[in-house]
Amino acid sequence: MSFYFVQFVTGLASASSLFLVASGLSIIFGVTRVVNFAHGAFYMLGAYIGYTLIDRLGAGVGFWPAIGLSAFAVAAIGTLIEMLLLRRIYDAPELFQLLATFAVALVVEDLALLIWGPSDLLGPRAPGFKGAIDLLGQPFPTYDLLLIALAPLVLALIWLIFRRTTWGVLVRAATQDREMVAALGVNQKWLFTSVFALGVFLAGLGGALELPRQAANHTMDLQVITEALVVVVIGGLGSVPGTFLAAIIVSELNAFGILVFPKISIVLVFLVMAIVLIVRPWGLLGRAEAAARTASGAIISRWRPFGAPGRIAAALAVAFAALLPIAAGNYFVGVATEVLIFMLYAASLHFLLAGGGLASFGHAAYFGLGSYGAAIALKSFGLGMETAIVAGIVLGLVGALVFGWFCVRLSGVYFAMLTLAFAQIAWSIAYQWTDVTGGDNGIIGVWPSAWAASPARFYWLTLALSAGSIALLRAITFSPFGYALRALRDSTLRAETIGIERRRVQWMGFVIAGGFAALAGALYAFLKGSVFPDNISISLSIDGLVMVLLGGVGTVSGGVVGAAIYRSLSIWVISHTDYSRLVLGALIIVLVVMFPKGLVGAFEAWRSARTGARLQGQSP
Amino acid sequence: MRTFSTVISSVFLAVLFATAGPAVADDTIKIGEINSYSAIPSFTEPYRKGWQLALDEINAAGGVDGKKLEVISKDDGGKPADAVTAANELVASDGVQMLAGTFFSNIGLAVSDYAKQKKIFFLAAEPLTDAITLSKGNRYTFRLRPGTYEQAAMLADEAAKLPAKKWATIAPNYEYGQSAVAAFKKLLSAKRPDIQWVGEQWPPQGKIDAGAVAEAIAKTEPDAIFNVTFGGDLVKLVREGETRGLFKDRAVVSVLAGEPEYLDPLKDETPVGWIVTGYPWNAVTIPDHAAFLKAYQAKYNDYPRLGSVVGYAMLKSAAAILAKAKSTDSEKLVEAAEGIRVDTPFGPITFRAIDHQSTLGAFVGKTALKDGKGVMVDVTYHDGAAYLPSDADVKAQRPQN
Repeated sequence: MSFYFVQFVTGLASASSLFLVASGLSIIFGVTRVVNFAHGAFYMLGAYIGYTLIDRLGAGVGFWPAIGLSAFAVAAIGTLIEMLLLRRIYDAPELFQLLATFAVALVVEDLALLIWGPSDLLGPRAPGFKGAIDLLGQPFPTYDLLLIALAPLVLALIWLIFRRTTWGVLVRAATQDREMVAALGVNQKWLFTSVFALGVFLAGLGGALELPRQAANHTMDLQVITEALVVVVIGGLGSVPGTFLAAIIVSELNAFGILVFPKISIVLVFLVMAIVLIVRPWGLLGRAEAAARTASGAIISRWRPFGAPGRIAAALAVAFAALLPIAAGNYFVGVATEVLIFMLYAASLHFLLAGGGLASFGHAAYFGLGSYGAAIALKSFGLGMETAIVAGIVLGLVGALVFGWFCVRLSGVYFAMLTLAFAQIAWSIAYQWTDVTGGDNGIIGVWPSAWAASPARFYWLTLALSAGSIALLRAITFSPFGYALRALRDSTLRAETIGIERRRVQWMGFVIAGGFAALAGALYAFLKGSVFPDNISISLSIDGLVMVLLGGVGTVSGGVVGAAIYRSLSIWVISHTDYSRLVLGALIIVLVVMFPKGLVGAFEAWRSARTGARLQGQSP
Repeated sequence: MRTFSTVISSVFLAVLFATAGPAVADDTIKIGEINSYSAIPSFTEPYRKGWQLALDEINAAGGVDGKKLEVISKDDGGKPADAVTAANELVASDGVQMLAGTFFSNIGLAVSDYAKQKKIFFLAAEPLTDAITLSKGNRYTFRLRPGTYEQAAMLADEAAKLPAKKWATIAPNYEYGQSAVAAFKKLLSAKRPDIQWVGEQWPPQGKIDAGAVAEAIAKTEPDAIFNVTFGGDLVKLVREGETRGLFKDRAVVSVLAGEPEYLDPLKDETPVGWIVTGYPWNAVTIPDHAAFLKAYQAKYNDYPRLGSVVGYAMLKSAAAILAKAKSTDSEKLVEAAEGIRVDTPFGPITFRAIDHQSTLGAFVGKTALKDGKGVMVDVTYHDGAAYLPSDADVKAQRPQN
């Protein structure tokens, strides 16, 4: 019996440490609607700055002041980033802030490496909390008890601040109705800045408080970010008590789950999230999202298919691209093939995100299923490349049919997180089912058939399939189905009123996007000659979002351009610099600030402004 | 829209094209090196210093066959697909004559399969998976470091001498952890049929919930623990385990924990008396090592990590193979590498013809505390040759052609 009690309390300690970092994310998320991807980076900075400060101030008396100071230092950095970067893009389309915070996370990773060096840094244990006490006959770390006490205290403080101060009232008002608060003369800018600062402060504090438990290291940010995000969503957006509850549930399930299934940790949080979201679409303590007012006053530019000049230009571009292998060497042809594959992948996500207004955080699932379907068909069933590619598409479609059925029952961020949960479940299956997928060692020897084996021929095959698919996606966008999908995006209520069945249309859209992503994945498998769980990873899903957002969500197929630029850039940067994340992150930040509508969005705005000016000049 | 995209991509391709290196000069031999510099800097930074030192020494001594050796180094970001892109750039664009490097097992396998497909010589430095020389082995791939099986075998020898009868295992939940546990269990049970395996924990790599894992293992009341976690997970496990009394009166056998990369961060909290594989850089008595240590410290004003030795020995091996082949033709390089003897800081090693595995060994010893730092004591060098699979085993597992 005492063992189970100790295990329970141990779970509470993990829950507390998770809650401390997730609470900040929850606050930022709930108020500003920013998916702060840099939250993990701030957590890591908290640990590193804490380490340095403890080193300077001394491990005895200096320890606790150092922890507090590092949280303030991180909050200051966060405030600066909010004022210089995020403030410029609050008006940009939904999720665009994710791109900016993603870039910040990249930059911080390399800066931490430059400042603190490559080795893990182990700080001292907390003075006064170094040892263990006797808990029902078992030694239990006193520091864990401190964390268990701290988490409810932080929860109570947050609750008091938001419920009992004027500032808190204003923030809650802004959460519910930004325009109204602005109309009442409240300076939203400072409201958002202070909320962001508070959230980042908690991230820094959470990181610094980890020092007595683990060494400051370069993977801390990635370890924590998805888990924190998942906990926030399970709890319900904007509900800090919900986050607290979710942290406890996840940690306790893990503490006891590993007794029965020692391998469960790798997928547990995502399983819990999937189940919770299916049963309670707005998380444990969350409420239905208020209908956004984006449509009111915002100018939605009408999408048009290419006219004759556009079609000719597109055909010429493809013809021009087809000439590339004559001029370029094998390496460049290989890179161009990869860029084409990512253009198709981005186009499929773009179709879902821009056309359907459905932000998938787990689009890599279908890319990866396409890769695995093709690789398994080739290696385990001995099918040829051509059939294997079809097999990949089929597997991707099946995955999208099954996962999509559940996902379209939700909307907004909850939809996004459920797609993420399914992607992570697919990832963990690929990672664990060694007999079929080869586990993390993957499947190797996935090379094209002899007729397509030369880099130039595989390039032409990819060009034909990618260009054809992108043209097909555009055709679907401008078909009656595409109009129905867009109608649901712009106003679900009105679209349903005129008889468009939301779930069925969005489900179909999801499956179409999944199928094209699977084709991209199957081609990718043959380009690389191997398939790994990486093909389903969160980072690939995020890459997809980055490409689409960079191109511009307000455009018909800006994601294609975003993909071409982002992929070429990242291949070039990783090949030519030692600090690829720093360079890439800085470049994205510059692009984000310069083109808040995305690159193609900015191009279109510039063109329509020019046409508009010319038309005005012509009018009498 | 697509017009715009093509213009952009063409511009980028043009940029790529323009920045491509000049044609191969006849008086240099180029080696393409790939590693996870940004993903696991704690290992790869010392590793880079290691091969750079070897490169300086080789070129100062006149290069290989009178030709200067040049290393073109690429980061793979810890992703197999990006490693293949890098390999393709090195081979198709930079015109390197051989590939070398890699850290993670899956990246090593991806590059080795690329090498097989493109018929280019590949010297894998670090990846520990046994598949790279056995089940997925190929003609063009050679591996320097002792693999998972060998390290587990060295430790199983020591573990068999312990009185412990009830064992539990803690390993990261991926191929490396799984193979290490499987090999250790098999070998130890063969030597000691009286042993019982009472518990196992498989935390995700990099995300161990150390308190819960420690309690779960303690509950099974083992006499001894076999640990495979390393890096950040090891630190967490040691802290939680020490505080919770998990390691009290229990023997612990731990793979890689004696490597400076993983031992040094533990500082004065290094657990005492663990049986580990590793690299006690200040206690090695092999003569070749003294020269290496002196040169390394003179150049970098820092002590070498295991990564430094791997990087150094990798480039020395590459140079020896190139010198023996007197050619940069892949087939000739393979023939030269099979059975070649190379001097390394751990003494002479041989690359076996049968499975392309080198006989580089590892140090086994016990952890101890000295002046507030973790060190290894009672150290013995275990030659890899003694722990490699038999010819019959290799023939059964490695594809023969």
